Amino acid sequence: MSEIRLMKGNEATAEASIRAGCDAYFGYPITPQSEIIEYLSDQGRKRGMIVMQVESEVAAINMIYGAAGAGARAMTTSSSPGISLMQEGISYIACAELPCLLMNVNRGGPGLGTIQPSQGDYFQSVKGGGHGDYHLIVLAPASVQEMADFVYLGFDLADKYRNPVLLLTDGALGQMMEKVIFPDYDPKAHKLPKPWATVGKNSNRPPNVITSLHLHSDEMEKINLRLQEKYRKIEANEVRYELMNTEGADVVMIAYGLTARICQRVIELGMQSGLNVGLMRPITLYPYPYEILAKLSEQVNGFFVVEMNAGQMVEDVRLGVNGKVPVGFYGRMGGVIPTAEEILHSLQLFMKSIAVKEKV
Amino acid sequence: MSEIQVPTNGMEVVWEKPKTLTDTRMHYCPGCGHGVVHKVLMEVIADLGIQDKTIGVAPVGCSVISYNYMNIDMQEAAHGRATAVATGIKRVLPDKLVFTYQGDGDLAAIGTAETIHACNRGENFLIIFINNAIYGMTGGQMAPTSLLGMVTSTTPEGRQVETQGFPIKITEMVATLPGTYYITRQSVHNPTAVRYLKKAVEKAFKHQLDKKGTCLIEVVSNCPSGWKMNPVEANKWLEQNMFPMYSPGDIKIEGKLVEKKPTTTPDKKETKL
Ligand SMILES: Cc1ncc(C[n+]2csc(CCOP(=O)(O)OP(=O)(O)O)c2C)c(N)n1
Ligand code: SF4
Ligand SMILES: [Mg+2]
Repeated sequence: MSEIRLMKGNEATAEASIRAGCDAYFGYPITPQSEIIEYLSDQGRKRGMIVMQVESEVAAINMIYGAAGAGARAMTTSSSPGISLMQEGISYIACAELPCLLMNVNRGGPGLGTIQPSQGDYFQSVKGGGHGDYHLIVLAPASVQEMADFVYLGFDLADKYRNPVLLLTDGALGQMMEKVIFPDYDPKAHKLPKPWATVGKNSNRPPNVITSLHLHSDEMEKINLRLQEKYRKIEANEVRYELMNTEGADVVMIAYGLTARICQRVIELGMQSGLNVGLMRPITLYPYPYEILAKLSEQVNGFFVVEMNAGQMVEDVRLGVNGKVPVGFYGRMGGVIPTAEEILHSLQLFMKSIAVKEKV
Repeated sequence: MSEIQVPTNGMEVVWEKPKTLTDTRMHYCPGCGHGVVHKVLMEVIADLGIQDKTIGVAPVGCSVISYNYMNIDMQEAAHGRATAVATGIKRVLPDKLVFTYQGDGDLAAIGTAETIHACNRGENFLIIFINNAIYGMTGGQMAPTSLLGMVTSTTPEGRQVETQGFPIKITEMVATLPGTYYITRQSVHNPTAVRYLKKAVEKAFKHQLDKKGTCLIEVVSNCPSGWKMNPVEANKWLEQNMFPMYSPGDIKIEGKLVEKKPTTTPDKKETKL
């Protein structure tokens, strides 16, 4: 039975993970996402999940490796500094092709930074983070509802592709309270068989080995080629985005997560002052929606990227647009959330610079 | 795996390679302790009939590809993280048997935090700790367990307290933690020692079956290549130099620290090979 609740984003993620049949959670507290381990320590344990507060994020991600390798649905969550600590383990998990769910409730950096929301970890999330050629599937929720929904989706994609999935969100989405609907979801109907898992060798099969070591370079290249083939499949099948008011728009804004929410307000404010702007909200940051950008490039006079960082996703937008029309950028850093008004102001300057007339 | 048919001509079979060891030829240097410990470990798993429910965790170190030799399900962990990986496995499969196999660099340097916290939580698995006082795999650099004065490629003048600190006795450290149940130090430098080691491994797996908590077996081992000795010299050197620092014997039995001198010190006569 589906259920409606009023919850913080972090709590919604935690609740959804229980409903998604997550077998084990390993984590280390860090603001602004400690509600997850707190919620699971109570509700998760009561409802049969293995929930462990462990000695560090390094230990947590390696416990995920062990549990996922043993066939469990496993999840860890953290915020920026903790996610940095996990990068070696994430690289191992990507190479060993272990399905698992990770979440970064992004806070402002670099360094210890601030506990305020940020999108400063975009590069780390979509361009690798750890060593070697690998990709996480990266989903960017923009509401408390999506922080819950993407947990189910994330586990299913992880199982389908044997690939780690990262939910990239931020401190504001983690902390804000909204209505959230938990749909019917039967984990048993979604969990896939894992014949590769190390559960104890029976006499009918050779041993299962989970490893990321392939000493001979031709062997290691084969592994890489297999991974790349998988990434191409993911790029072909799993791109997700949302379009708002792009039909006939002069300029399309590009923003994900919290900034996409703010940009919806910018559309409204823009309309009041006669601007015709739309929004493309990437839902998957990897695979990135390049194709729709190429398509929109044929229709609009420019794109305007809004991020809570110094300009990271804007590089992917430029790749997709490929010089066809101008690309503008507005960003705030260090935990500052831009207001709709300041974005609108900057957008107007951009539109002036590319000579799009306001229809007053 | 292919079976090799050997005509027995009525001879009695006194030793057979257990089915828990694969036919893959080991890559270890001649005289290296790793191969012996693998053999002992796999014999015990075969003897106890637990091949189908044992999951091993390989470290980063010379034994990184031990999964090529052990005919059981295994996971290869990042350097130092074997006990974290084992925790993940054991927590989701509490009725399976789990062990880690780790060198001194893996367990007592880069993985110190994971080692101590797994022991402190009393994780119900076995830790096999191969102490050869050196980083074998990377070419013979100083280990946290290297002896004072010991020459390695990063201590060309011998390990000095002033700059490199003391050899760490992590086995004694974890024995003080209430989560640990059976802690012992064994070796593989002669046949008697190997027999003691086998008894210790058997005991540890039985404790795990009884869900008693963490068991750790330190194996004082050698590294002929890193020590730049032949195998005979290495085992002699081990006895003369490693034992005064890392004396063999039980450190904790059934959750209680052993007070007096170890009871399982290998027989003096037999150590002089
Ligand atoms: C994060 C990381 N740092 C360093 C290394 C390089 N490295 C591989 S094995 C090793 C030391 C292994 O020594 P030990 O654990 O004592 O095992 P042994 O080879 O002596 O059996 C080092 C430093 C690595 N693989 N990963
Ligand atoms: S380098 Fe040392 S530890 Fe490694 S296989 Fe050779 S002798 Fe054994
Ligand atoms: Mg060593």
